[in-house]
Amino acid sequence: MKKKKFDLERTLYAVLAIGCFFLLWWFLTTFTAVKETTPGPVAVLKLLGESFFKPIGGKVITGHLLTSLRRVLVGFSVATLIGIILGIAMGTSRWAEAIIKPIFELLRPIPPIAWISLVILFFGIGETSKYILCGIGAFTNVTLNAYTGAQNVDPELIGCARMLGTSERDIFFRVILPSCTPQIFAGMQVALSTSWMAVLAAEMVGAQEGCGWMIQRGSDTLNITLVMVGMIVIGIVGMLLAALMRTIERRLCSWNIMEE
Amino acid sequence: MENNDVLVKVSHMTKKFGDLLVLDDISFDVKRGEFLCVVGPTGCGKTTFLNCLTKLGVYQLTSGEILINGEPVDLRKHNVAYIFQEYSAFPWQTVEENVAYGLKMKKRPAAEIRQRVDEMLELVGLTEYRKYYPSQLSASMLQRVSIARAFAVQPDLLLMDEPYGQLDNSLRYKLEDELIKLWQKTGTTVIFITHNIEEAVYLSQRILVLSNKPTGIKKEIENTLPRPRNVTDLAFNKLRDEVTDLIKWW
Repeated sequence: MKKKKFDLERTLYAVLAIGCFFLLWWFLTTFTAVKETTPGPVAVLKLLGESFFKPIGGKVITGHLLTSLRRVLVGFSVATLIGIILGIAMGTSRWAEAIIKPIFELLRPIPPIAWISLVILFFGIGETSKYILCGIGAFTNVTLNAYTGAQNVDPELIGCARMLGTSERDIFFRVILPSCTPQIFAGMQVALSTSWMAVLAAEMVGAQEGCGWMIQRGSDTLNITLVMVGMIVIGIVGMLLAALMRTIERRLCSWNIMEE
Repeated sequence: MENNDVLVKVSHMTKKFGDLLVLDDISFDVKRGEFLCVVGPTGCGKTTFLNCLTKLGVYQLTSGEILINGEPVDLRKHNVAYIFQEYSAFPWQTVEENVAYGLKMKKRPAAEIRQRVDEMLELVGLTEYRKYYPSQLSASMLQRVSIARAFAVQPDLLLMDEPYGQLDNSLRYKLEDELIKLWQKTGTTVIFITHNIEEAVYLSQRILVLSNKPTGIKKEIENTLPRPRNVTDLAFNKLRDEVTDLIKWW
């Protein structure tokens, strides 16, 4: 197997694209009417830099970020675990499919935001409800992908494993689970984004900290620069988390990600 | 290889799907260490025939029985392996992990696993590809992985269902020679199903010719041609023609 080379050209294009984006932003907020309503990149980056030292509503930016990150990761992890178990159960057992699938299909189209009132009603405005909302955001994608992954396991591979002396319990861990891992990872990638979406929604209602709260605070006080700082932080962290997921996927599913 | 005791005894194997009789009272023996080829006209029920053998214990016969070593077949007890036409290497395991899989499942000591894997990879010519994943291999290499994995567990019985059906002729010849080499070295009992008469004559010690549906055994032919066999040899062609005449439907 060839080792992937560091692709200088791709990095250069990425830097250029981001540079162009900032340039366009700067141009629009300096020379057009947009400047009346929207802060330029310099102002936003300046506030971003300051927010590392100067608290916004009691916490510096890293504090808000860590709060949001904790909410996302707790909700996402629990939902991923439950989603994998339920998805694989549906994909491998006709009984589980018959019982779980109708309820899942009914709940699937409901966006996480729609759950806010109900979750607050049952769990209050504390941390639990935020974890639950993030979990709801992640749950659907992971479950659905685990379900399709388990359904598509090649029966011939199961037959082979059985023939080679694999016990029924081991067939789950040695054949079904590795077989659907790539699909589960694809679901987890999307689930992570939806969890972020959900945390922002959750923090906009009854929160005192977090990136979503920052954006809401900026919006309430007409501080668009603060809104944009919150957006940029979420963008960067989301990008880093997606990259981390891809690295883990490359480790666990190297057999499925072959280099050209 | 000259050991004549019976490993597999199939008695009055009959399979019906509703009123449709597919296998009609088939009886035959397979000797220990024998290489038996099964041929038959298209649609004669070769797959059902094989399913009755491979899904032993799961695929219920309408009547009759299959015995291995004089006992009713029990997959937990008898060491049966099979190789299909489709490639069945585990995509998430490297070549060597695939070959070692069955041995690990049977909880053989690590040193024995290492040694057997080395031996098998050497025999099928995949030593230098041992760290590769199936998605990086060609069709013939993939089939070799399945073959090495099946032979590695030293099965009592190896069932092969047209394993080279998807390969072109030159690769097929090469793999057939490898298979003979493996069989001679391991002494495994092989039942090889094929629609390719030349392949059956090239590989077998005995050929079971099946009839049209309802499938029965039309004839059993002892194949005593000396090895290595030559497809252009007069005796080879004579035997091939004899088998061809038996399954002619045109």
